Amino acid sequence: MSTAPAISLRGINFSYGGIAALENIDLTVQRGEFIGVVGPNAGGKSTLLKIILGLLKPSSGTVEVLGLPPEQGRRHIGYVPQYPRFARDFPITVEQAVLTARLGQTRWWGGYTHHDKVLAHEALRRTETDSLRKRRLDTLSGGQLQRVLLSRALACEPDILILDEPTANIDQRVETEIFDLLKKLNEEMTIIVVSHDIAFITYYVTRVACLNRTLMCHETAHIDGKLLDQLYGTHVHAVEHRHD
Amino acid sequence: MTELLDALSQYGFLRHALIGGLLASLGCGVIGSYVVVKRIGFLAGGIAHSVLGGMGAALYFGFDPTIAAFATAIVAALIIGMVTLHSREREDTLIAALWAAGMATGIIFISLTPGYNTELMSYLFGNILMVSQRELWLMAAMDLLILLLIGVFYKQFLAVSFDEEFATLRGVPVTLFYLLLLVLVAVTVVLLIQVVGLILVIALLTLPAAIAGHYMRTLAGMMVVGALLGMAFSTGGLLLAWQPDLPPGPIIILLAAATYLVSLLLYKLRS
Repeated sequence: MSTAPAISLRGINFSYGGIAALENIDLTVQRGEFIGVVGPNAGGKSTLLKIILGLLKPSSGTVEVLGLPPEQGRRHIGYVPQYPRFARDFPITVEQAVLTARLGQTRWWGGYTHHDKVLAHEALRRTETDSLRKRRLDTLSGGQLQRVLLSRALACEPDILILDEPTANIDQRVETEIFDLLKKLNEEMTIIVVSHDIAFITYYVTRVACLNRTLMCHETAHIDGKLLDQLYGTHVHAVEHRHD
Repeated sequence: MTELLDALSQYGFLRHALIGGLLASLGCGVIGSYVVVKRIGFLAGGIAHSVLGGMGAALYFGFDPTIAAFATAIVAALIIGMVTLHSREREDTLIAALWAAGMATGIIFISLTPGYNTELMSYLFGNILMVSQRELWLMAAMDLLILLLIGVFYKQFLAVSFDEEFATLRGVPVTLFYLLLLVLVAVTVVLLIQVVGLILVIALLTLPAAIAGHYMRTLAGMMVVGALLGMAFSTGGLLLAWQPDLPPGPIIILLAAATYLVSLLLYKLRS
């Protein structure tokens, strides 16, 4: 395997209908990092992830995922979207939804293989949702669904895990559980997580990328109230939190 | 009942009608399930109505109307699919335009074709009693094509219908499978036109699968139960229409609609 960084963004610009969403973004994420992307709403966080995933093309700049163009490199990415992109009442079980992660790595014809099913069960077990696997997706609570979507990302056997606001609609107890799990997963893979809750994620991540159209990266230890005010453009209350 | 069994052994056209209904139900259960979960009933209606243009032209120029129906339906499906994917035009506006333009073309050809055309009327309102043996073979071949493609690519079709963005990330050629699905919808629409006519086709394409959706946990379950319900409705409709000498197409639809309403009520009460 090459030694290229997990993600490399150089000189990225992107605009929606002439309105700049990202300006001159340079970011290198090394393998094994756990990086948090924070910033105000409409600051370009989700846009940045979609560019890394090759779902959006930047107007200028280069993107590499594990040294590959995003369309090739994204096979090594497990992605958990902010809002589920599917109809909640779709007739599909948890197990079937997780198995869709195996597409691209399994045979092209017929059903899934035994190996696919073993990997899907293993992913469900890691998020402690294996007991839900025969349940229909629309019978799950918000927290359960989020864990299942994380299982689907893990069943891709990813080198990089990308999560867009994974805990936006769930209570704090589940949020802590999910981030504890991510911390453990970080021993095996690079993780990029978008969050609105900078105080909470600095306890977990190694580096924070502050994004408000332009990007500033900081080690977690260097984040203070002044920096937050600068990022959000208004006064932000700093919350005390623990560091390792 | 005995009278009907006698009639079945006596009249070949009745046997054809029964087999035609069963064959159409296979497509209706399998593809109807995708139409329901992807919420593309209106799109299927647009394809069905645009078919009149092709069939009218075929009758006027002396081509085979069934082949013309398949060709028109597939072209209409591809136009809708391509424009949806590559243009910013609103999908519903485009479907409405294709729907009306197809009908208008058909009406012009009807007026240009001399005499009263019973064949064209049967395409509009359906006449399962007029299904020929050749058409039955064609329907069986189309069923086989649908079952084969869905069987081989079931997991890709499921992934694309469920979560297009995630399927793209996993390397599934989403555009190809979307267009292929629309082509299969077009083929199924023409299969069902043989039974209930193009005006009523949306009902048979959506109702059996929608009823199945009230009880099944998976898409495959919806397909199987949808196909069985389609078979029950087409056979039941034929039985009910036989004695009072009513047109079977509308009876099949009313049977399906009544069952859907009861099922919907039970589903709402249960949840």
